[in-house]
Amino acid sequence: MAKQTLDQKLAILSDAAKYDASCASSGSTKRDSRDGKGLGSNEGNGICHAYTPDGRCISLLKILMTNFCIYDCSYCINRVSSNVTRARFSADEVVRLTIEFYRRNYIEGLFLSSGVIRSPDATMSDMVLIARKLRHEEKFRGYIHLKTIPDAAPELIEEAGLLADRLSINVELPTDAAVKQYAPEKKPEQIRRAMANVRMAKDASKEKSFTGKRPPRFAPAGQSTQMIIGADGSNDATILGQSTRLYSSYKLKRVYYSAFSPIPDSSAKLPLIRPPLQREHRLYQADWLLRFYDFQLDEITSVTLAGNLDLDIDPKLAWALAHRGVFPLDVNHASREMLLRVPGFGVKTVDRILITRRHRALRYEDLMRMGALMKKARAFVTAGGWTPGGLTDSANLRARFAPPPEQLTLF
Amino acid sequence: MHQVSLPPIGTAKAWREAARRFLASRVPPEQIIWGDHAAAPDLFGNVTPPPVGGPVSVPRSFVTMAQTAVWHSDPERFARLYAFLWRLKDAPQLMNDRGDGDLAHLRQMEKNVRRCQHKMKAFVRFREIGAPDAPRRSFAAWFEPSHHTVEPTADFFVRRFSDMDWRILTPDVSAIFEHGKLSFQQGHSKPELPEDAGEALWITYFQNIFNPARLMVKAMQSEMPRKYWKNMPEAALIPQMIAQAPARARAMAEAAPTLPPARMAQVQAQMLPHASAWDGPHEDLHHAIRACTRCPLHCHATQAVLGEGPRDADLMVVGEQPGDMEDLSGRPFVGPAGQIFNSIAAEVGLNRDAVYVTNAVKHFKFTPRGKKRIHQRPNISEIEHCRWWLNAEIAQIRPKLILAMGAAAAQSLTGNDTPILPRCGKIEPGPYGIPVLVTLHPSYLLRVTDTAVRKAANAQFRQNLAQFCAAGGIRPTTI
Repeated sequence: MAKQTLDQKLAILSDAAKYDASCASSGSTKRDSRDGKGLGSNEGNGICHAYTPDGRCISLLKILMTNFCIYDCSYCINRVSSNVTRARFSADEVVRLTIEFYRRNYIEGLFLSSGVIRSPDATMSDMVLIARKLRHEEKFRGYIHLKTIPDAAPELIEEAGLLADRLSINVELPTDAAVKQYAPEKKPEQIRRAMANVRMAKDASKEKSFTGKRPPRFAPAGQSTQMIIGADGSNDATILGQSTRLYSSYKLKRVYYSAFSPIPDSSAKLPLIRPPLQREHRLYQADWLLRFYDFQLDEITSVTLAGNLDLDIDPKLAWALAHRGVFPLDVNHASREMLLRVPGFGVKTVDRILITRRHRALRYEDLMRMGALMKKARAFVTAGGWTPGGLTDSANLRARFAPPPEQLTLF
Repeated sequence: MHQVSLPPIGTAKAWREAARRFLASRVPPEQIIWGDHAAAPDLFGNVTPPPVGGPVSVPRSFVTMAQTAVWHSDPERFARLYAFLWRLKDAPQLMNDRGDGDLAHLRQMEKNVRRCQHKMKAFVRFREIGAPDAPRRSFAAWFEPSHHTVEPTADFFVRRFSDMDWRILTPDVSAIFEHGKLSFQQGHSKPELPEDAGEALWITYFQNIFNPARLMVKAMQSEMPRKYWKNMPEAALIPQMIAQAPARARAMAEAAPTLPPARMAQVQAQMLPHASAWDGPHEDLHHAIRACTRCPLHCHATQAVLGEGPRDADLMVVGEQPGDMEDLSGRPFVGPAGQIFNSIAAEVGLNRDAVYVTNAVKHFKFTPRGKKRIHQRPNISEIEHCRWWLNAEIAQIRPKLILAMGAAAAQSLTGNDTPILPRCGKIEPGPYGIPVLVTLHPSYLLRVTDTAVRKAANAQFRQNLAQFCAAGGIRPTTI
């Protein structure tokens, strides 16, 4: 076989990396290279440098070190039983691509993942080598996200955490049974143990020593994980239950939901379907309600049908429609907790309401200027000059928000 | 009437200076005609310079907002800012009123400028104009912003690209950074930038990171509006990528599954030696406990927490179940309750390293509440399932005496589920005829709020531990 060019390798290894949803570059330590002795900066909030027609952003150079893999996970394009073309970057090639893309302002940094070759430790140490070269030889101060291999030795994870901004380990599927079925070589308990180790290393790096000295920051942008939805039969209640446990157990920054998407050269074990994008969207909305709106898991799952979120309306609206007794709320008196439950009000809107109503009573027009989506919210609130009257309890309220019924095609 | 014309470079500072003077001399907004350098002189304008002012104070939040909104392309921006500032001098609380029409408009302008700044940070594309192997490399970009955002955003590029020379040329104001010095110039026309080899690689990346099975063109366009496309090398491919996507997705779905390649068996053989790399001590019992799936707890906990201590220990301590810390670290008795146990054990002279400590249930049971995990009591069936392992441990260690801490441990060891308090300090028969001393669980000492009750419980626990020490033949060390 002819030697692959850098361009060919990049094509193969970025194609193989696109099934990872995460591309965040936010939430790390602030740093810059104003001193002229390095390259890059990180300002806390991420920047999306481009968008592809799938609506996803490109913030990081997301590539695999290699797509050779000894595992046989049915959902994965790189599994050992797949016939895709294989390639492997050398450490210097990855470093060069990252630096050259960064200098041209194409990216915020590197998201490096890899198929498992030789052994988990060998793979992980190659990935750590790349991060080390970037940080120490190139003095790179941009963002690095390393996908860790769960079975790798703790010393390697330790070093990875000191070099990278974020570490992630994918739980892959919502239940242990599904992982056993579709990723026979992966062990859910090992994945959890690896996440626990990352969390403990991060907690330990926050404690000052008796002299008051701080140890070096460990993965300052935290850890995240991803699960594929729609490949196994788990319902949304199971998925959200799993993510609440992951958030509370390992202090994850994010759980990414990735709609199972057809891959080239797919396995016979998994049906190829259109990716359930709407379901993925609803799961993210529910995830946000759990993390930022003080919703409890059972409140969201209690208004679902057979444990699955309503695809036509968002989960907050679904909750509000099922609890119309508490509405309409008076925006001039209701508590923060209750205002957060109004469909169409976000956290920012609610904070603005709370600040402004200290000075004067709010009217309907004020809410519009504050960024509330009044088309949704008006059935659930009263304000100066506005009362929803019978709207809150009207029988066709749901129909106002749901998309109109569609005629199925005959053929 | 006063007329002010503000320069294109350093606009924010000039506006602030002028506004400060006008405000200090109480010049109302109707009396000022604001214009940028391009505005024609007003027929009724009196070209008197702004009067000399004194100190004025305005809310800090206004200054922050004005410093951004002043870069908006709307010619009205200076007048709007001053008009609001005029209102603000009598009512500083207006800054907190998000329902106010004037403030809402200024905030919207501020937001527009911030978005434009953000898009500039994202969409500027440099091309190399110097030699790639030069000690200090040199890059240039052509960019067309919607607002006057080059000056306020240039510092971002300085913070990021200090070790190279760069210039961002725009039809409005251009930023030039050479040898560590930033300067601004006006009025550049679009330059011919040399071809750049990095761009071809970038385009390859852009094409291949796209997943044709999840086409969402609207989502892309709302974040990357078409007006930016003309200066982005990758954007030329977008129409073609969209057009081919449905066919590519269909082809993937229709392709029949292929047979695995011949090398698969050989590759998988490599894996065998690594299969058990993470399973801790190579003892069958511990291995088996770690892999336990006898009850549903294993799905949610991080790991099974194994017992710890010498193989030939005479004494064995059994707790209830691992807690939050134990679950994460994989070691028993390291959380708050474990620490209480350690400190009281040390006080009565019980050397923890000489006893074998383990739990009645090996996995942590909890319910997530926000960002915390709340401990839950294991139920009878979980205790029963885990007794299998506890008995196996006892059979291996063969201790002379077992200390059962708490109701779950006592129930697992003796099969008796009656209340624990009256049984404390009593010896009951356990598995394999080994005697079991029953006591409280140390977490109970943390949980009780009543001081008197806690004191009594502490004394009780201390006394039972001393009793355990003595019965096991360990002499309490004198302190």
